[in-house]
Amino acid sequence: MNAPLHLPWDSLRRRRDGRLARAKALGLDKNVPAERVVQLLETVIEPGDRVCLEGNNQKQADFLARALAKVDPQRVHDLHLVQSVVALAEHVALFEQGIARELDFSFSGPQGTRLAALVGDGKIRINAIHTYLELFARYFVDLTPNVALIAAEAVDDEGNLYTGPNTEDTPAIVEATAFKNGIVIAQVNERRQTLPRVDIPAGWVNYVVVAPKPNYIEPLFTRDPALISEIQVLMAMLVIKGIYAEYGVKSLNHGIGFDTAAIELLLPTYGESLGLKGKVCTHWALNPHPALIPAIEAGFVQSVHSFGSELGMERYVAARPDVFFTGADGSLRSNRAFCQAAGHYACDLFIGSTLQIDLAGNSSTATKGRITGFGGAPNMGADARGRRHESAAWLKAGTEAAQGAQHGAAAMPRGRKLVVQMVETFREHMAPAFVERLDAWDLAAPMGLANPPVMIYGDDVTHIVTEEGIANLLLCRDLAEREQAIRGVAGYTEVGLGRDRAKVEELRARGVIRRAEDLGIARRMASRDLLAARSVKDLVHASGGLYNPPSRFRNW
Amino acid sequence: MEHLDYELPSRPQPHRREPLLVGVVGSGNCELLLEGGPPADRCRISIKTSAHGFAPIWTAVVADFAARAAAGGLQIEINDVGATPAVVSLRLDQAIEAWEESANV
Repeated sequence: MNAPLHLPWDSLRRRRDGRLARAKALGLDKNVPAERVVQLLETVIEPGDRVCLEGNNQKQADFLARALAKVDPQRVHDLHLVQSVVALAEHVALFEQGIARELDFSFSGPQGTRLAALVGDGKIRINAIHTYLELFARYFVDLTPNVALIAAEAVDDEGNLYTGPNTEDTPAIVEATAFKNGIVIAQVNERRQTLPRVDIPAGWVNYVVVAPKPNYIEPLFTRDPALISEIQVLMAMLVIKGIYAEYGVKSLNHGIGFDTAAIELLLPTYGESLGLKGKVCTHWALNPHPALIPAIEAGFVQSVHSFGSELGMERYVAARPDVFFTGADGSLRSNRAFCQAAGHYACDLFIGSTLQIDLAGNSSTATKGRITGFGGAPNMGADARGRRHESAAWLKAGTEAAQGAQHGAAAMPRGRKLVVQMVETFREHMAPAFVERLDAWDLAAPMGLANPPVMIYGDDVTHIVTEEGIANLLLCRDLAEREQAIRGVAGYTEVGLGRDRAKVEELRARGVIRRAEDLGIARRMASRDLLAARSVKDLVHASGGLYNPPSRFRNW
Repeated sequence: MEHLDYELPSRPQPHRREPLLVGVVGSGNCELLLEGGPPADRCRISIKTSAHGFAPIWTAVVADFAARAAAGGLQIEINDVGATPAVVSLRLDQAIEAWEESANV
């Protein structure tokens, strides 16, 4: 028998207590003045720490990010950042100055090019690109932060935090850090005697600093209906009639973009004319998209749970508590982790756009010279193999998958999630959306990845929609058919022009490919007149004046 | 600016009318001018495009259009301003529709 180990079972806690004591010795208590925050960070952060700097594609702990970029690299260096998004110039500056060295993240849209350059210079080691939910999961396994720098709206005298509508990632980050010997530092916009509600209890937070300016929030999900094209209207008609009505899709998530905004704006017009109200699109995992206002007002939508909020939608959301998740105070309570789980397990369909699709249906937004990551799309754009509850859409998709015999006709019957990629065959500047080989293949090596960074794997994609029609990949019997189904909707791209015309016509006869005319949709009817709102001003009007768009969207 | 000119067989367009302008230049839209002129079984199409090197794509787009539409006897000028093949194809179909709806005969 082994002798009992005499390990110091509380070494991590004692290490944390040591950091807190060092700060106390400098006179730093829970409420930290803004001008002393750099000193605080230099005192409680140790070289090599795992640090989560809260920020995602919406809200940013930007004051704390700027403060961290100002610490003395002699004292604080070689940090391992574990965070959703690398979005701010300060995030990148941390690596340029040697304050941080390693990175685990999900998305880096605006800084994708600089990130690629840092990898080239050997100034950063990217361990992995995750989905949001995957990264949150690792906070509770092997990427638990030693220090979390978070953003909230307000703090009360006891130190409780109110996040406002943009709760987003905060609960997941704080839970992992505070309960595993970590230190939580919050920037807030203001002090209030009493909070509208408590989103993070005081006991989970070590330090609070009132930032000189409110934290930044990006209105990422606002799409001006004036910029929606007729082609997007046509594709939206194909999706509504050829997929939503066909499968009876009740629960769903829409990606970001004009393609899906067009669908949202067609529900109360085209969708209503097809008699779909109450039959499709009743339950959503979705941010409060302004483009959804007309569908909500028309009674299409019963419930929306949100990853985050959207600037300008606060009063509208507060006035529609039957639809949105709100606190007793009336404001939205968003939660990215829960909403990602909802999008993965509780939705029948995900639909989104991409930049490149290959002949097997693999899709990626990673293109040469940019390291971007995929945020939540891979989470929602994947069959939920752990799902067990049944719905009409899930069962029908599963039946078709068995017909296609991709998993063997005699296999155990099971359902399937609908995962739809929606693209115009050419993007701006005649960049083809369909390619024989994804740029992702060339990005794996420079990023230090064993495999190409694929956003959605081909075997998870069930439908591809373009202006040329719908390819139902579930019904394809083998990879050769799948390739022709994809070529058959790839328009005048090289991939599309390389189609086997006879095979494509055979697939069309079998309903694997469906054109607008096969669905009884007259292409010439695709008009912007079908949009329930044709401008941001129309959206304001549809909301009864409750929607208050950011100034950059006010052009009247 | 690249100029591409095509003359293709197409079913005769039965209607006659004055020249017709369709679409708006700008905002990803493309402008089309339709008028009579060519022989009844021929369609002439000229494309002005700012994007160079895509002639094979436009050749395929106009060939498909001439095959599916009754565009014989029509001369069509396309000012694409960077429009995609999807937009041009849709606009061509809408132009034939508008030509027939507003025809004199």
